[in-house]
Amino acid sequence: MSREIVVALSGVRKTYRSGSIEFEALRGVDMSIAEGEYVAVVGPSGSGKSTLMNILGCLDVPTDGSYHLGGEDVSTMTEADLAVVRNRRIGFVFQQFNLLPSLPAWRNVELPLVYAGVHRSERRDRAVEALTRVGLGDRTDNRPGELSGGQQQRVAVARALVTEPDIILADEPTGNLDSASTEAVLGLLDELHESGRTIVLITHEHDVAARANRNLTIRDGLITADEPVMAS
Amino acid sequence: MNWIETLRTAWDAVRSHRLRSILTMLGIVIGIASVILTVGLGQGAQDKVKDQISALGSNLLIVSPGSSTSSSGVRGGFGSASTLTLQDADAIGDATAVPDVAAVAPVTSSNTEVDTTSTNWTTSLVGATTAWPDVRKRTVSSGRFFTAKEVESGAKVVVLGPDTASELFSGPVSPVGQTVTVGGTQLTVIGVLASTGSSSSGSSEDDTAITPISTAKALTGSTSSSVSTIYVEARSDAALSPAYQEINALLLNLHGVTADSADFSISSQDSLVETANATNKTLTVLLGGIAAISLLVGGIGVMNIMLVSVTERIREIGLRKALGATPRVIRRQFLVEASLLGFAGGVVGILIAAAGAQFLPGLIDQPVSLSVAATLAALGTALALGIGFGVYPASRAARLTPIDALRSE
Repeated sequence: MSREIVVALSGVRKTYRSGSIEFEALRGVDMSIAEGEYVAVVGPSGSGKSTLMNILGCLDVPTDGSYHLGGEDVSTMTEADLAVVRNRRIGFVFQQFNLLPSLPAWRNVELPLVYAGVHRSERRDRAVEALTRVGLGDRTDNRPGELSGGQQQRVAVARALVTEPDIILADEPTGNLDSASTEAVLGLLDELHESGRTIVLITHEHDVAARANRNLTIRDGLITADEPVMAS
Repeated sequence: MNWIETLRTAWDAVRSHRLRSILTMLGIVIGIASVILTVGLGQGAQDKVKDQISALGSNLLIVSPGSSTSSSGVRGGFGSASTLTLQDADAIGDATAVPDVAAVAPVTSSNTEVDTTSTNWTTSLVGATTAWPDVRKRTVSSGRFFTAKEVESGAKVVVLGPDTASELFSGPVSPVGQTVTVGGTQLTVIGVLASTGSSSSGSSEDDTAITPISTAKALTGSTSSSVSTIYVEARSDAALSPAYQEINALLLNLHGVTADSADFSISSQDSLVETANATNKTLTVLLGGIAAISLLVGGIGVMNIMLVSVTERIREIGLRKALGATPRVIRRQFLVEASLLGFAGGVVGILIAAAGAQFLPGLIDQPVSLSVAATLAALGTALALGIGFGVYPASRAARLTPIDALRSE
């Protein structure tokens, strides 16, 4: 199986400075993720999990080390270039859904396409298609306030999908959901994985991490374990 | 992301905070409306003055006795010595010397008490010749004006202004044929002038008593041939300037003075209009300045709300950035939002000013004339205010880092 490497981190360090106090959140992380993998990054809070997520999502740049995303070195890019990379290569799913309450579902989903410069008539078609894919084809005109938590998170997944990104980055996607909705969203991620998507899931729940096919454990800013998940 | 998308996003944001957007616009609305109305009022006042003055005859030149310089070098004030005489008027009327002059009307003028058997009234007693109605564009509404023969003989007749007539003769009785007493001399009222139809500056025009110039001189006990003013009508609008030159040269020659020591002055309606306009302009600039300050305050209001908006929508900004909005796109979005508020405020302000221009004249008896140029300038200003005061909030939004923005609660 010679699949292309999508994410490659080597010697990534991240130091936060607050006045005279320095805090090293990542202390030399090496990892790579191949196309089509479903990886869960697990670790307790304070382990550097969120920092890793920010760097993987190009929301932040490493202090040291290199990060190649889809073959591009993104570790030294400017914010404007990073915005373009995020738009083209990454689909985000956040714990708090982060939908704009004033816009109907389909307009939330089309947002990344707006920034990608896709023509208006094409945007709506693609947004409706993505919503249909997550099982919300009949809710395209509902505003987030009119949808349940689980449905809102599915809208967010549709938004992550719509640009056909290199990786889908899900940061505690089930953290705010009840068990039924959790199951629905995780089922959706399973489906996406089966259809060949690369998914990186950040979580502190082991039964959520067990759905992935590879677990990376992070502790004190270092990857301490990298193991495949046995099919249960 | 193109401009139409940016505009749509900005419009969504403005619409989703309806009350706040309206309140923000209010400052701009009031500022723009007051600027347009103030300028309109100033323009209206200028037009009104222009109309009133041109109604008196646009081909009119007014020769006034200027300051005369005494031998001691002390310059007397206006009217301290009347340097104009009936001979000057006759000379101006001479068609060979002054071909561009159509008619000449010398007048004397003094304030006198006019008595009837039952009442009295102080008015301006004007001594005039038969050319006066033509030159001053006045007509008689009842009775008649005096004749050349009456001027020559110094007949004891008087023509009253409409206001003077109603002050002296109240009731249904026609003043024509009645007698009035001026300085012990009885004069017969032979006519009443038609009103000039204007109220503000027209009051002195309608409150007057006209007698033949010879009669006026006899009444005031004056033996000299001096006159207060010589009204000259030029043949046409175009003849105004040559007539001015001709009269000036003629009088300088007659009085034996040079242009530097001229003892008379010639003014045209244009110069009167200019003087009146200068006053109006000062007022307009003053009031417009105050209105402009209120516009500035409105602009600061836009900035204030945009800053609040940036803080309040920090998560939205973070999300948009995560989804691929570059700092430039975010800056543009907030800038367009601020200009949209300014522009919409400008449009509403113009509508209010247009409505104000409709009912204000009835309320304050002042015409308001709105000009397209001033309105467009106001709209441009409103837009510029939105952009100008949107720059700082927009660059703050653009500088936010996506993680900080996403993290904030």
